[in-house]
Amino acid sequence: MGSQGGWGQSKEFLDLVKSIGEARSKAEEDRIVLQEIETLKRRINEPDVPRRKMKEYIIRLVYVEMLGHDASFGYIHAVKMTHDDSLLLKRTGYLAVTLFLNEDHDLIILIVNTIQKDLRSDNYLVVCAALAAVCKLINEETIPAVLPQVVELLGHPKETVRKKAIMALHRFHQRAPTTMSHLISNFRKRLCDNDPGVMGATLCPLFDLITEDANSYKDLVMSFVSILKQVAERRLSKAYDYHQMPAPFIQIKLLKILGLLGSGDKQASGAMYNVLEDIFKKSEPSSNIGNAVLYECICCVSSICQNDKLLKTAAEVTSKFLKSESHNLKYMGIDALGRLLKRNPEIAEEHQLAVIDCLEDPDDTLKRKTFELLHKMTKSSNVEVIVDRMIDYMISISDNHYKTDIASRCVELAEQYAPSNHWFIQIMNKVFEHAGDLVDVRVAHNFMRLIANGEDDEGAGSQLRSSAVVSYLHILAEPKLPSVFLQVICWVLGEYGITDGKFSASYITGKLCDVAEARSNDDTVRAYAIAAIMKICAFEIAAGRKVELLPECQSLIDELSASHSTDLQQIAYELQALLGLDARAVETIMPYDASCEDIEVDRSLSFLNSFVNQSLQNGARPYIPESERPGTLNISNYGAHDQLEAPSHALRFEAYELPKPSPPPIPPALLAAAPVADLVAVPESAYFSTEPHQPSEPLGGAAMSPAEHGLRLRLEGVQKKWGRPSYSSSSSSSSSSAPSVSAPSAQKPANGVANANGAAAAAGAQARDSSYDSRRNPLVEVSAEKQRLAASLFGGSSARREPPPAAPPAAGRRAVKPVATVVAPAAPPAPPAGDLLDFGEPSPPPAAAAAVDPFQQLEGLLGPASAASSQNSTVGAVAADLLSLHADPPASLAEISLPGKNPLAEISLVGPAAPSSPVVKKGPNPQDSLEKDALQRQLGVVPSGQNPNLFRDLLG
Amino acid sequence: MGIRFVLLVNKQGQTRLAQYYEYLTLEERRALEGEIVRKCLTRTEQQCSFVEHRNYKVVYRRYASLFFLVGVDNEENELAVLEFIHLFVETMDRHFGNVAHFMLEEMVMNGCVVETSKSNILAPIQLMDKAA
Repeated sequence: MGSQGGWGQSKEFLDLVKSIGEARSKAEEDRIVLQEIETLKRRINEPDVPRRKMKEYIIRLVYVEMLGHDASFGYIHAVKMTHDDSLLLKRTGYLAVTLFLNEDHDLIILIVNTIQKDLRSDNYLVVCAALAAVCKLINEETIPAVLPQVVELLGHPKETVRKKAIMALHRFHQRAPTTMSHLISNFRKRLCDNDPGVMGATLCPLFDLITEDANSYKDLVMSFVSILKQVAERRLSKAYDYHQMPAPFIQIKLLKILGLLGSGDKQASGAMYNVLEDIFKKSEPSSNIGNAVLYECICCVSSICQNDKLLKTAAEVTSKFLKSESHNLKYMGIDALGRLLKRNPEIAEEHQLAVIDCLEDPDDTLKRKTFELLHKMTKSSNVEVIVDRMIDYMISISDNHYKTDIASRCVELAEQYAPSNHWFIQIMNKVFEHAGDLVDVRVAHNFMRLIANGEDDEGAGSQLRSSAVVSYLHILAEPKLPSVFLQVICWVLGEYGITDGKFSASYITGKLCDVAEARSNDDTVRAYAIAAIMKICAFEIAAGRKVELLPECQSLIDELSASHSTDLQQIAYELQALLGLDARAVETIMPYDASCEDIEVDRSLSFLNSFVNQSLQNGARPYIPESERPGTLNISNYGAHDQLEAPSHALRFEAYELPKPSPPPIPPALLAAAPVADLVAVPESAYFSTEPHQPSEPLGGAAMSPAEHGLRLRLEGVQKKWGRPSYSSSSSSSSSSAPSVSAPSAQKPANGVANANGAAAAAGAQARDSSYDSRRNPLVEVSAEKQRLAASLFGGSSARREPPPAAPPAAGRRAVKPVATVVAPAAPPAPPAGDLLDFGEPSPPPAAAAAVDPFQQLEGLLGPASAASSQNSTVGAVAADLLSLHADPPASLAEISLPGKNPLAEISLVGPAAPSSPVVKKGPNPQDSLEKDALQRQLGVVPSGQNPNLFRDLLG
Repeated sequence: MGIRFVLLVNKQGQTRLAQYYEYLTLEERRALEGEIVRKCLTRTEQQCSFVEHRNYKVVYRRYASLFFLVGVDNEENELAVLEFIHLFVETMDRHFGNVAHFMLEEMVMNGCVVETSKSNILAPIQLMDKAA
């Protein structure tokens, strides 16, 4: 709409605008625009178009392009118009050119000359037009052509010229910082310009510079503070007022700058406190712009060094935002809360319910913002609730951008805070199922590794794996599974499909064939499937059973042998070759469940020495290293390179250099003697090229991680396709191979604890589950749900998270283990209170069920969960007993916790956050607390939320 | 860079003004504008005036049948941008000529708000008016 209306447009143009406005469909609109394009093409090229007319045509071109149609045929006329003497036409020309062209367009070069001329104009409006064009059209190459003139204009008598010259320099700095690094001092100078407009504009480049390097601008703190003070005291011209606020946009920019300068700098921060206090007082909370300034104050206060008084004020403002009816303010409030949490974790407590309201609001923007907040406040104590929520949300949305974001948040939180491997696997299954194609493939590799050796205890591990197999076989019936998930499934079936004897080899192979067939255009999935089939065959042969291939399997092998993908071909041939080997050879090539075993590579190939010597004796030529050979490719570095980062280089030599396995000629004796380096290398490299992303660092580093990071499941760099880890195991740097040696011993104890932990969590979840169910009676009103959610997000589950020094909780946890595995020991006092406290937590039933068996949980997605094992129900019963104890708080609390008398006894009986006597009150609103208290009593929730220390620990 | 684009779009989804502060091709612009307008049209009065879209945050405000949309990056103060839109509208209101593009050129440069005094914004435009 550039400039229509009073600017003398023809009737023709006005009619065009009107008819487009009235168009009933996109098609009709397009037709009108196309017609207009034809008209313009014809008219614009007529000889001697009057300049006024041409201006209108150019505006019509802008209009056409704005509606999404190409108007490049007219660009040159816009360029010409910039030469015009009339200011209006010139400016229209510049405007059109800046709208049409990006700075790398070929036509730009034709304008540089005009710009240079205009920068020298006597008419300052022409100079301004040229400077505006400079900002949009000058690229790195043409900066030198105008730079001296622009610098000169910084001293122009007209403030508007100075302002635009500053912005032109700002642009140059954005584009090519080096071209003007010597001119930076100009910005400092202009900050003191008499004109507030110039000063305000200077804040833009200074903000950028300070963002890059705050330390060089500390000397300006006092200047910024005094400017802000003057602005707040209405010293600027009234023209800058907006809705009774003095120059609010300048205030906001200054606050942003102060936030950067005061971060981590006590002295600088100290200089700001007064003015911030002033602005808090002076900003009008009844207007939007006042709130915008207040919000910026909160950002600043949370960024600079702590000042309790200011933090208190900031918290009060935040609380007003959150309590407001306006969604915009709530949104700002949630954001502000996230910033203040860093400084004062307790502030979240007061707003639990407001936060949950926002989380449940149908407004997606608000919901997402709240997830951002939750992400910031996730701890191991509330990770389950938060991630469950996120997963539900992830499933409910369709926008891939959001989905990817939330899925990666889930993975990140799960990897970082997973309370147990079971839980982690359950979450990952959901992520894969619903967003599998959106997550990074490395996530899947880490995950497979976890299934392979996440559980230190063999029994638990194999239980985990066989339940994985069962549930994945179920899931395969689902029609549309993401590729990554299918890869995981194939891998699990290949490694563990026949392990526990529940399923026959032919059954599993059949399933894998189905997958390969259904995914005929997904080579990666097919490679996983055929590799899995190979593993199954290998295990069968090694176990001394005869392998009879199903017809569909045979035809799959035949098909893949002729595949266009050489990788698939290679695996197919290898599989065929493998079928001809004897049990001992096969077992050596593909040992069972050895995906995570470390592998020794004899890089010097010393086992071949006798063979080499013999050959030499027989007259063979001695070996000359590649680097010393004349005329060969210089790949001498390759080896070293390979050692460091085997998986990532672009050119892959290995697949071609290594010999194909040709089973017959290799004498079994040699096989036995040379377990690794030769034979295994081939399939590995084949796999390797199939899976370019598969990390190949050996297990050392990864095996360490559980020990190092507690429950953190960062299992990067694992090559675990079949059998042994890749040929490159020695290839990874020494730093990781050293840990790999020491890992087992270092890791055992740590994992033992972790494991006990996992069991405890499982038991806890069971207990919670039953409590949850028993609580689900119609009497509980909706807000109770929220209360519980609040408790679990902000406090309820905190109990488990803050173990008092060492021994007692560990003992407590160990005590649970029997509850989970063996049927419960009779006595009620045994179960640890860590779990009791969780009664109030609304951990959704799935989580609880799945803690027992994540895979059955997944099945639950497919059909009604059949789960409820007898074990489960017994524990449930025990839990229910406990619950009934709790149902009558005064009595049972007294019984169990004996508050204060014998803290140690209390801990071992009841756990870390023993029910504090419900008297302690917290929060500004006593009535609220009372209500909460009452509600929690009614629910049997231990009022942990009222224990201030608890919150500090939880959020601190 | 804070502000990435300013759009005026009518209820039918037709763009009435588009100013980008980073280069997007015609196709990209068309797709972006379509998606954003669709998203904003489905929202109610009570909901936030902010929408996340791709890697933008879009702050929008509706005046009669016209939507003003400003795409900003993550660091921007959304509430302030919302008021910036209003400032823009008030300034346009003061000058009947509808020279939105020229006004915007005075108000935003390099994706930064540079001028917020209405008289300063309008002065050059009025001068140009007289000259014409």
